[in-house]
This record gives sequence, C-alpha cells and structure tokens, in this order.
Amino acid sequence: MKMNGARILLECLKKEGVDTIFGYPGGTVINIYDELFSCKEIRHILPRHEQAGTHAADGLARATGKVGVAIATSGPGATNTVTAIATAYMDSIPMVIITGQVPTPLIGNDAFQEVDIIGITRPCTKHSFLVRDVKELATIMKKAFHIARTGRPGPVLVDLPKDVQIAQTEFHYPDTIELRSYKPTVEGHPRQIERAISMLLASKKPVVYVGGGAILAEAAGELTAFCDLLGVPVTTTLLGLGAYPEDRPNSLRMLGMHGTYYANMAMTDTDMLVAVGARFDDRVTGKLSTFAPHAKIIHIDVDPTSIKKNVRVDLPIVGDVKDVLIKMIKEVQAHPEKVAAFKESILPWSAQIEGWKAKHPLTYKHAASVIKPQYVIEKLRELSDPDVIVTTDVGQHQMWTAQFFTFTKPRTLLTSGGLGTMGYGLPAAMGAQAAFPERQVITICGDGGVQMNIQEMATLVQNKLPVKIVILNNNFLGMVRQWQELFFDKRYSQTCMEFPIDYIKLADAYGAKGFRATKTEEVEDMIKQGLAHDGPVIMEFMIAREEKVLPMVPAGASLNEMVLNA
Amino acid sequence: MKHTISVLVENEFGVLARVSSLFSGRGFNIDCLSVAPTNDETISRITLETRGDEQILEQINKQLNKLIDVIKVIDFTDGSGIEREMALIKVTAEDESRAEVLRIVDIFRAKIIDVTPRSYTIETTGSPAKINAILELLRPLGLKELVRTGPVAIGRGAKGWKG
Repeated sequence: MKMNGARILLECLKKEGVDTIFGYPGGTVINIYDELFSCKEIRHILPRHEQAGTHAADGLARATGKVGVAIATSGPGATNTVTAIATAYMDSIPMVIITGQVPTPLIGNDAFQEVDIIGITRPCTKHSFLVRDVKELATIMKKAFHIARTGRPGPVLVDLPKDVQIAQTEFHYPDTIELRSYKPTVEGHPRQIERAISMLLASKKPVVYVGGGAILAEAAGELTAFCDLLGVPVTTTLLGLGAYPEDRPNSLRMLGMHGTYYANMAMTDTDMLVAVGARFDDRVTGKLSTFAPHAKIIHIDVDPTSIKKNVRVDLPIVGDVKDVLIKMIKEVQAHPEKVAAFKESILPWSAQIEGWKAKHPLTYKHAASVIKPQYVIEKLRELSDPDVIVTTDVGQHQMWTAQFFTFTKPRTLLTSGGLGTMGYGLPAAMGAQAAFPERQVITICGDGGVQMNIQEMATLVQNKLPVKIVILNNNFLGMVRQWQELFFDKRYSQTCMEFPIDYIKLADAYGAKGFRATKTEEVEDMIKQGLAHDGPVIMEFMIAREEKVLPMVPAGASLNEMVLNA
Repeated sequence: MKHTISVLVENEFGVLARVSSLFSGRGFNIDCLSVAPTNDETISRITLETRGDEQILEQINKQLNKLIDVIKVIDFTDGSGIEREMALIKVTAEDESRAEVLRIVDIFRAKIIDVTPRSYTIETTGSPAKINAILELLRPLGLKELVRTGPVAIGRGAKGWKG
C-alpha cells in the first residue's frame, strides 16, 4: 500500500515502539500533524516551547532508557530545539529529533522559516539526516533509531522537507540494519579483562569511579554486585548517581567540585582507579596534573574517544559496561582465594576512608530561624516514595540535591550534567511523568532556572501530569553569587533577582496548586500536603539567601584542596 | 609532527563538513586536504595533513572513527605509504631567466603547460619534498602564483586498503 511520507514517519515510530512524543506544529510539519490527528497509537504532548518539548523527550529517555522523540517545525521551531539537543548530546541520551524543512526545491533559497538545522546541530548530534527522497525515509528512520540507542547513545536529527512528507511510496520497514561505517565495540576484550582483574587484586587502595555510562548501559545491578563482591569503595559522578546505592557503607557518594571530602581524598590517595562509563570531566578531576597522582587507571567505556582524552590510562577496556562487568564478575569469582587475600589487604584503606568520613562528613549547619535548603532536600527524600524520580535544573539546588537526596536506584535522578542547562528540570519531569503516570515525579529547581521554562505549567495541567515543582528560592542566581562571594569580593553583579514573584498566584493562574514555606517548622507539613495533592504543584521554600554549596574545589584547584567552611 | 591521514568515507553530501567541523570544533589543525571518489563510487577518500603530538593524533584518529560516515582511517606517518602531490606554478620568465626556468623544469622532469612571452606555467608532481625543492629554485626567479593539491597517499605493497 502506498503512503505519504508523513504517514510513513508515524508508521516507523510505531515500529520502534514509540508511544509518546513531544512536538509543536508549524507550516513544514503540518502534514505530519494531519496524520497524527487520526493516529491512535501515539500519544502526542504539546509543550509550550520546542526547547521544553525536546527536554521532555530527553526526560522520558533518561527515565525509561527508551529513545525519546521530539518534533519541531522548520526555522525557529528547529533552532528552539538546539539547547535541548546539545543537553542530550553532552549526557549521551538517545533521542530522535524530527524537524520539518522547507520543500526540497526551496532549500538554500532563504525561504520562509528556512534554516540549515543540520549544519547548526552538526557539533551537538551523534548524527543527522536530510531526507531527500521519500523512498529513503523508512531506512533513514531505522538508521536513526539504531544510531541513537547503540554504542555511546546520543541524539540523532532527521530533517524532513515538506514535499517528502507529501510524496507517496510503498512502506517497508527494514527488520535489521547494517552500517559498514558504524560498528561499535560492545564486547570487552577477554585478555584485557583478565589483566584488569589481576591489576585490581594487586592494589592496596582501590576506588571505583562510576559515571552515567553505567546507567545508560543498564549495568547498575552488575556494578553493585561487582563492587560488593570485592568490598571496594565506590564514588559516582553527578550522572552516575543511583548506579550504586548511596546508602551502602562502601559508597563515597559524589566526587568532584562539590563532591564529598572523603571521595575526593580517596581519589587523590588511591593506587588503583577503575573508571566505569565515566569521561574524566573537568568538574570531576579538578587540576589534571595532580589528579589521582599515585593511581594506575583502568578505564571501561563503550566510546574509545573518552579513553585517554583527558588523563593517562594504564589499561583501557573498550566495550559495553554491562558486558564488561559481567565478565569481570566471572573472572573475580574464578579466584576466590585471591579475592579473600585482596579483601584482607585493603582493610587499612577502608579504615583510612572511615577516618575521612568521620572527620568531614557531608553536613550543614541547622538553623531554626531560616529554612536550610539541605534540610528541604533531606525531608523530600524522607517523605517521598522510594521509587520517586527527581529532576533538577542547574546550580546550587542541583548540587544540594546531588549531595543530600541519597540516590539508591538508577534512572531516578535526571539532571543536565555536561551542558549544565538551566530550564531543564521542569520539562524533563514532564517527560518522566508522561512515561510513568503512577510514579511520583519531583523537579527541584532554583528561582532562576524555573523561570526559563515556567510556561510548561500549562502542559502539566492540560495533560494531567502531576509533577511536583520544588523551588528553593533565595532570590539569587545562587551558584554564580557563591562564586562572586568567594572569588569576586562579593560584587554581586546581576545575580540578585530583586523582583519577587508570587508563585502561589502563578500556580493558580495555570490551574495548579501553590504552597509557600518561610519557616523551618512549616517544611515538613508543606511537603506532605504538596506530595498528597493529586495535580501539579508548586512548593516554594524561602531558603537562607546566602547559603553556599560546600565542600567546594575551586575551579583549577586539585581535588584535595577543598574549601570546607567559608 | 606532521601526519598524512587517509579517511575513507561514505560518498554522501555533508560528510566533508562533518570531518572539517570535527577538526575546527576540537582545535585540531588541517594543513592540507583533498577529496575525491574512489574506484568504489559509494566511497570517497579524504587525504589530509595534520600536526600534533601522539595524544592529539590518537584523539584525531578516534574522533574520525567515531563519525558515523567514516569507514576507515589510515595514518601513513610510519612510512607505510607513498605520498605524491601536484603543483601548478606560474613563474616570471623573461630574457635570461627563460633558459634557467627551462633547465630547472628539465631537471625535475616537470612540464611547461602554458607559455607567454613573460611567464611559464609549470606542472610538477612528486613527493611533497620534491615540490618544495623545485619551489626553492624557482622562487628567486619570481614566483607569481602557486597552487598545490596537498598530498595524496596510498599504502605500499600488493594489498589494497580493504586488505
């Protein structure tokens, strides 16, 4: 049966098991929307901004592990998705973004709402396609999903001219796809894995350092089993939070710029660093020349470019993190006597780490007079469901969430780590809630970032997505203010949000419910009320205005040069 | 250190842009670049000359391989390849220098491809070192214009790149 390109696109999405998409109509996607009008299998959610719609698809992808799908029209619709595409690219999130394009004969003519979106997004997509013939469309869609979800995942953009959406052809969706130029290495090299285990078992001060790759590979279970088998300490990056339960004794929690004292000290002192799906980002390593100076480094990653990009590596293992960990577990289990000796030999190291934990635990000063943001985060953890999904924006609230929430499950923290995108939290929560209508979804925001996509309140209410929006309001762009306080002589240039917003009225205007707490004793009750409300909610906490995120490794300093009190 | 790298890519539009934006986006240098289809018309061959230490070259190699349209990357710096380049050279040739230019052309087995009473245009091919050598000799006589293709390279021995 012949179909037009727009219909073929939707049939491809169905074949890929896509049930929820986020998109915004416009002139060059109107044919797709006409087909969507009678399509029952795909739920389309209309955001109020293409950036938010694309973030929502990202949130859905992070929460579920599926490929997120977003649609935007040509020109401004397409450019509005760029920040969200770059966000997904930096954090390796599988997505397919479909943009309308002006009809093929008009491309290059500066037509109305024409933009070279392939060119604009080239540095922030894993790959992109311009569909020039409707006969290529199904194969391109198959390739797009394959590329997005395999290897190191990432966003793939498909630019679809209007005339291709109208043109007709037979629909045939390929069952499999083979790309001669794209064959990611999935299986870890057995000899390298053997060598890694023998190196590891010979060490005295091992640390396992875990990034988002472990979660992307669905390897949290294997990771936890492997680390617990050996009794080694585990620290995670921001994106790795939840890969290893933070409530276990061997957890060092997060490392890096706002990581724990004990994680950063362990990184500095370790003689064996096992990096698992992490990429040695500058916020993690601090000053590179003094990073893990005594350590041999084993690096497991599916992306060879991540290996030896920033730090020297003694033993690389290219492969899918899950596959490699399964083989590593087998290798460990084959040598029970060596493992027993190893566990014995790292006892002094464990004691040293316990000493650091006792000396400088993750903590903050309580205050009765004013709400401490860390207290709000602790209470949110305590009062929310065990399988709650938390999203954040970027800044102080994000770091407090990372430090004090205690993540124990993968895919429960959705946050923009690499790009650091303000305005990510609310739409990402929208995507997660659309995927999991029955689970609690909380977005924790600051008063800066929440305003960057506040219009999505309408989408939440309209689509009955009961996201709980927490605003930690200090009337500052707090993280920049903190830097200004510490490094710029308290010259608070343009970081004070002098103008107060009535978030209760704002919630009301959107048909949601708003709450505000100004005193510590109100926090607990308000969280209970907010979480119990069955629709979208804003919970605003007026927090200590000049509270800082600590510890802090100043930019360019070594990991052991932390500011602990300031 | 200079490296000559061949990149076998899908012969599709936009591939060159991906390769060049990889270099510019990551602060790598491209000194020379040439592109043309191969005996398999679905595959194009990009030959480029770049510089960097071992770590940078490893990153260049890996990043090129990471591009979806890249089929194979070959670094010829270890002497495993033969490099050739072509240059078109317009040189001043008047009175007594006309004979000198012809002598140089003869020695280098180059060709005169255009003549005017005041100039010669020369075509020469060879290793980049040979091109540099003829340029050294022609430069004092008055070099008006120079066009170089940049090197292309092919592996030594009986095997093609597919092995």
